Amino acid sequence: MTLPNLVFATIWAAFTIYIVLGGADFGGGVWDLLASGPSAKRQRQAIVTAMGPVWEANHVWLIFVIVGLFTNFPGAFVALSVALFVPFTLVLVGIVLRGASFAFRAHAAEAVRLSAVWGRVFGIASTFTPVVLGTCAGAVTTGRIRVHGDIVAADLMGVWTGPFSLLCGALALAICAHVAAIFLCVEAGDVGDVELAASFRQRALAAGLVGGVLALGGLVLARTDAPILWSGLAGKALGLVILSAGLALVANGVLLRRRYRLARILVVAQVTIMLAAWAYAQAPYLIIPDVTITSAASPSASMAAFSIATAVGGVLLLPSLWYLLRVFKGQNPAAVRIADHVPTTHS
Amino acid sequence: MSHLFAGRAQMGTSLAFHIIFAVLGVGLPLLMCLAEWMGLRRGDPTWLLLARRWSKAFGVLFAVGAVSGTILSFELGLLWPVFMKYAGPVVGLPFSAEGFAFFLEAIFVGLYLYGWDRLSPRAHWLCSLPIVVSGAASAWFVVTANAWMNSPAGFQISHGKVINVDPLAAMFNPSTPTETIHFLVSAYTATAFGVAAVYAVGLLRGRHDAYHRKALMLALALATIGAPLMPVTGDLSARFVAEHQPAKLAAMEALFHTERGAALRIGGWPDPANGTVRYAITIPHGLSLLIAFDSTTTVRGLDSFPADQRPEARVVHAAFDLMVGIGFALLAVVSWYWLWLWRIHRRTERNRRFPQRLLQALVLAGPATFVAIEAGWTVTEVGRQPWVIYGIVRTADAITTQPGLGVTFMVFNGIYLVLATMTTWLLLRLAQQGRKATVGLEAPSDRGTSPRSRLPASASP
Repeated sequence: MTLPNLVFATIWAAFTIYIVLGGADFGGGVWDLLASGPSAKRQRQAIVTAMGPVWEANHVWLIFVIVGLFTNFPGAFVALSVALFVPFTLVLVGIVLRGASFAFRAHAAEAVRLSAVWGRVFGIASTFTPVVLGTCAGAVTTGRIRVHGDIVAADLMGVWTGPFSLLCGALALAICAHVAAIFLCVEAGDVGDVELAASFRQRALAAGLVGGVLALGGLVLARTDAPILWSGLAGKALGLVILSAGLALVANGVLLRRRYRLARILVVAQVTIMLAAWAYAQAPYLIIPDVTITSAASPSASMAAFSIATAVGGVLLLPSLWYLLRVFKGQNPAAVRIADHVPTTHS
Repeated sequence: MSHLFAGRAQMGTSLAFHIIFAVLGVGLPLLMCLAEWMGLRRGDPTWLLLARRWSKAFGVLFAVGAVSGTILSFELGLLWPVFMKYAGPVVGLPFSAEGFAFFLEAIFVGLYLYGWDRLSPRAHWLCSLPIVVSGAASAWFVVTANAWMNSPAGFQISHGKVINVDPLAAMFNPSTPTETIHFLVSAYTATAFGVAAVYAVGLLRGRHDAYHRKALMLALALATIGAPLMPVTGDLSARFVAEHQPAKLAAMEALFHTERGAALRIGGWPDPANGTVRYAITIPHGLSLLIAFDSTTTVRGLDSFPADQRPEARVVHAAFDLMVGIGFALLAVVSWYWLWLWRIHRRTERNRRFPQRLLQALVLAGPATFVAIEAGWTVTEVGRQPWVIYGIVRTADAITTQPGLGVTFMVFNGIYLVLATMTTWLLLRLAQQGRKATVGLEAPSDRGTSPRSRLPASASP
């Protein structure tokens, strides 16, 4: 494996983790917005409890991806920043409002009306952001971003609002909601709240079904709207596509049987394989059809420095991350206690 | 509003906003860590309560700092794609390292904020150490990238492409030592004065309890270390600038004409049209003495640079003098505090309560320190203009080709306004709650409180 490919794989791994963990946090916001039924209040509560200690760490994966991209593939970073100026700005507004509203709501819990307003902002921003981010993913594959030397040519709005892009946006939302609901099933199951787990299970299955339909629709649209991606998906990456689809079926089957922890493992694997299929299908292109891993790459000294920094950082990071997740996400009876604490921080 | 001006304004607002959270993100963890340590060592619930309250405030500040930092990382590409084409490969290393430092910080912030009841007291305190270290480290790394913009090193440009990249040489560029040290010292000092101001307000309102006194003493202890280091590190920075960025120095000192035995002009209003500084206090040979310890040294004025390579002296000089002025005022406030302590020690002062006037000065010093931070940052950034990478890439050439920057500038201004309002409101609320909670911790002699409310449990958040 060449250095640029290795570095790209590292960035893609970070991107995958962001989609799974950060995506679940966005999904949490979606379910906050859609909380309903007799357990609506407990649903929101469970989302707050699940996200509170981890959302900032989850968010940093995105920063890692951005920094990784401009350090190692500045050509791609520049082209994306220029071509996707409008959706990136929208994503940015969404990310900012999502994070700030979550923190504000938690800290202003006893100011009921104000915290309700921020709760609504949190839900809307969490729904809106993955959709726009998904349209960006679509834009990269459709060939609407053209790069010639330093000139980036793309239609300000058209580049991210084609049918395939919009479908990718919807799919991204469904994936976030699906993953989040499964994570929340586990959390609810851990504290023994069967009714709450059941409501999230229902939501997970619904989002999974919608996601499945959208994914199939995406494959159909890709044939015409993203031909290079399509030939990869139907060709060299076909095995990964089939594996991902199979995992999706099994994950939902397991979910039906209320095996939440197993479903969580399977859905993480499924999303990882799906993203790998996408990357592999469009390789060596970073942006179809003008920017490749090689053409956008930094000088090798930059990449080597990045790789060393990543290795050193990883050695510090992984044990810390493991500790964080063990304390807050491990099988820990104290989970009930924290559920009592977080929401009513100031009462 | 011109395209370039809108882009610069948006970036400037974003940085001006973020720098406040960055500074507190470096300084506040140190105070939390010290307070919790004292609390555990002495079994003193007042210190532990302070640590808890500060962690609450820090939770809000860290969240807002994280999102405003995200805005910056996007804006680098959205506003300055040409800059990033060159800067990405060269200063990607400090940005990546900063990413990891920030990551560690976020992890341990999660543990610290949500772990009060889940971790042992000792483990909880230990979690503050990585926050202190990685907070300082991430600031250090980011400032090295800014230092690189001031004294670019570690690369060459050939046919519009970056070649011969040496990321370590870029990170440890000539500006790095002076700029990073000055920034870190500023961050601790500003946090110290900011926190001191909060508790000075409480003491002025008559809350002479252990909670307020301890908080103020700890903040002032940090301020005592920081304040004298400010002019020292600042002086090192200025003399470095004199050597490496003479145009910036000329703008800082409003030196329009090259002078042998240059005078120091304090204050006043530069008039670029006539090349004079009105209403300034002039100290003959002062500038030459300061820069080279030699009253006859020649200092380059703005007239020695082509007209299109001169920074705006009015902004840079005013900001520079504001920063320096505030810096010395802070030193005076700290000296006053020590004079008072010394007089108590010598028993020439009978009243052990903080003097009213000193408290009032501290209340002013808090916000003033942050004004000085903004002014100092203005000196660095505006003083580097018209360059974004000094001597290599002009700001005007680095801006994006996409239209609509006026709109995004307004949108982000709106966001910052909401974030600032909400953050201030939350911090004021936390301060109010802190007041309620301290009632239970006062010594019975201070004020009549029922024994029940003195239980530390009533102070838990």
